[in-house]
Amino acid sequence: MSNVFIAFQRNEETRGIVDAILADNPGAVVTEQPAMIKIDVANRMTIKRSTIEEKMGRSFDLQEMQIHLITLSGHLDETDEEFNLGWKQ
Amino acid sequence: MPVIAVKKYEFAPADSQDKFHGAQLLYIGWEDHLMFCAPFAFPFPPDMPFGALQQNVIPGAFGYHPDLAKIDWSTAQWFKSGKPFKPDPAKSLAENGLKHKDVIRFRTPGLTGIAGCCT
Amino acid sequence: MDGRSGKKLGLKERYSLMTRGLGWDTTYQPMDKVFPYDKFEGIKIHDWDKWEDPFRMTMDAYWKYQAEKERKLYAIVDAFAQNNGHLGVTDARYINTLKLFLTGISPLEYMAHRGFAHVGRQMRGVGPRVACLMQSLDEIRHSQTQIHSMSTYNKHYNGFHDFLHMIERVWYLSVPRSFFDDAYTSGPFEYMIAIGFSFEYVLTNLLFVPFISGAAYNGDMGAMTFGFSAQSDEARHMTLGLECIKFMLEQDPANLPIVQKWIDKWAWRGIRVLTLVGMMMDYMLPKRVMSWKEAWEIYFEQNGGALFNDLARYGIKAPKCIAQATIDKEHISHQAWATFYQYGAAADFHTWSPTPSELDWLSQKYPNTFDKYYRPRYEYWAEQHKQGKRFYNTTLPQLCQVCQIPMLFTEPTDPTKLCYRESDYKNNKYHMCSDGCKEIFDNEPEKYIQAWLPVHQIYQGNCFPEGTDPTKPGFEPLPAVLKYYHLENGRDNLDFEGSEDQKNFAAWRQLTTTNL
Repeated sequence: MSNVFIAFQRNEETRGIVDAILADNPGAVVTEQPAMIKIDVANRMTIKRSTIEEKMGRSFDLQEMQIHLITLSGHLDETDEEFNLGWKQ
Repeated sequence: MPVIAVKKYEFAPADSQDKFHGAQLLYIGWEDHLMFCAPFAFPFPPDMPFGALQQNVIPGAFGYHPDLAKIDWSTAQWFKSGKPFKPDPAKSLAENGLKHKDVIRFRTPGLTGIAGCCT
Repeated sequence: MDGRSGKKLGLKERYSLMTRGLGWDTTYQPMDKVFPYDKFEGIKIHDWDKWEDPFRMTMDAYWKYQAEKERKLYAIVDAFAQNNGHLGVTDARYINTLKLFLTGISPLEYMAHRGFAHVGRQMRGVGPRVACLMQSLDEIRHSQTQIHSMSTYNKHYNGFHDFLHMIERVWYLSVPRSFFDDAYTSGPFEYMIAIGFSFEYVLTNLLFVPFISGAAYNGDMGAMTFGFSAQSDEARHMTLGLECIKFMLEQDPANLPIVQKWIDKWAWRGIRVLTLVGMMMDYMLPKRVMSWKEAWEIYFEQNGGALFNDLARYGIKAPKCIAQATIDKEHISHQAWATFYQYGAAADFHTWSPTPSELDWLSQKYPNTFDKYYRPRYEYWAEQHKQGKRFYNTTLPQLCQVCQIPMLFTEPTDPTKLCYRESDYKNNKYHMCSDGCKEIFDNEPEKYIQAWLPVHQIYQGNCFPEGTDPTKPGFEPLPAVLKYYHLENGRDNLDFEGSEDQKNFAAWRQLTTTNL
């Protein structure tokens, strides 16, 4: 099984996004580097708007992640509610 | 194999011999001396004697290396396109069968560079 | 609240209606005439509607988020300049990585802009057309943001002054330039595999993460900020590249061998260009992020492995060159730095001997190769430099016909032997650095025989300033070539030790902590 990953700039906004990803993806592994935070998950990662809003305490449009995103890996499926990365094996 | 294109795809080479003002290109590498990161490229007149390589060109281009002074040309082995080659220093490059963009290497047995690691 | 939208259209439908939903087939002229280039490569597309839009940003979202990124970026660039942020870098040797970036990468961003604009025009499916157009906008944004971000360094340091002039002339810059020229002059589908997939998906992390992390580790907020800002666009580009390859493979099984051939070619061409990045990571960052070997293992072997496992369901195999690249990862950075070190008189950035502790870091990171094959030469050169005999190689090297890098690579089975490969074509001989480059040449020789090889162009007399007379007695070609490059001898080139950059940085930095 291969990992998918996503990496963000490290700032106050992405703290909430990262917390949401950890909450919704058991087994997620976080790697911290200067200015960058990378999260690996085996095979599939789901990022939910509702969880992010809960963690951030404000309303959030998933496309706002664009501002902070550095790189990712896996096939993307994007809706208003979820941003999913996955491999099909 | 032909280039897949919408019409005929045929072009003149950028480096044909006629573009070098009477010279031909020759590439020369010294085996086991990676201090020189790549073989050298030279434009030479085809009628230049091969011996000029040993006398002038090689000491000039490769002179920085401490092994240069130790070269015994009588034991040096030559290769053209990787195959053994026996040049006649009295004859010209052309007479030795060297054509435009040929590549030759010389190996100097016993000389294996800095600390013997082929540098 | 669970955020379910109810009567509103979902993101996918909204985006679709606002992009491909607005397209129509032409009637005044047949579609084949309006789109004359999207069939000749042999790629068969039966249903363009099966294209799945990657990132679904309608224009309102696009401008909103891009504007936000620009505001943030320029605020940081301003603050960095105002605060003399350049004096906060670890040491002034670091600044040479930015010279390499501005001259070697930023012009390619501009070419990517043109390439995606061109390809976007040529595809008859609306979905990919819109995606290419957005990428084209992103890429010109990248070239402009990079130029703006680097301008602060241009005010204080040498080598940044003429990148547009240099990309078309300087010997090592023909490596990235010819890479892009090759892609740009291919058909639209090959371009998408070359750049959209191979470069933007498979290899991008190996370019950007090292440079940006290198900037972050070395106190360069200016470059770090443009790097992150560009990367946020890159994620969209990656998804476009991946969708492209998926779409082609799902449309017709006949596309598989064509796509495979392109993956093999472009993975290898990209890997060869990345030699410059490997050298940057291992030799030019005073505070190193990780070794090239480590970056390769994370971003290519693991991440690339996951990708090719996924694509295996279509019959795609991992690129042929992987076996060689796996061996090469322990060698190429050392070989490349050795090359720039010795040809430092002709480089638009400074080079230097690694310090003893840097040599030890290299030994630790490359236990199989560094001490055995590379340490001796670096130690020898450092010693010679101390004695006033710093090695400058003044004889021009043989270049590979395809990647245009000097023939500095070694046999995969023997790192003590340079790798020589050759092909004869229409009565002329051509030389390549590797099996990978030779195969690329042999597949399309008519393309590569046209290559503008810097060394050959110099010997043809095409690299001197206008009005130069090379037949004059005592004519010295190398100073004339440097003038042609707009490279000022003694200022932009040579060793970092004794350079104007070194002196200035030290003097200015001292000014920030003393009052006299």
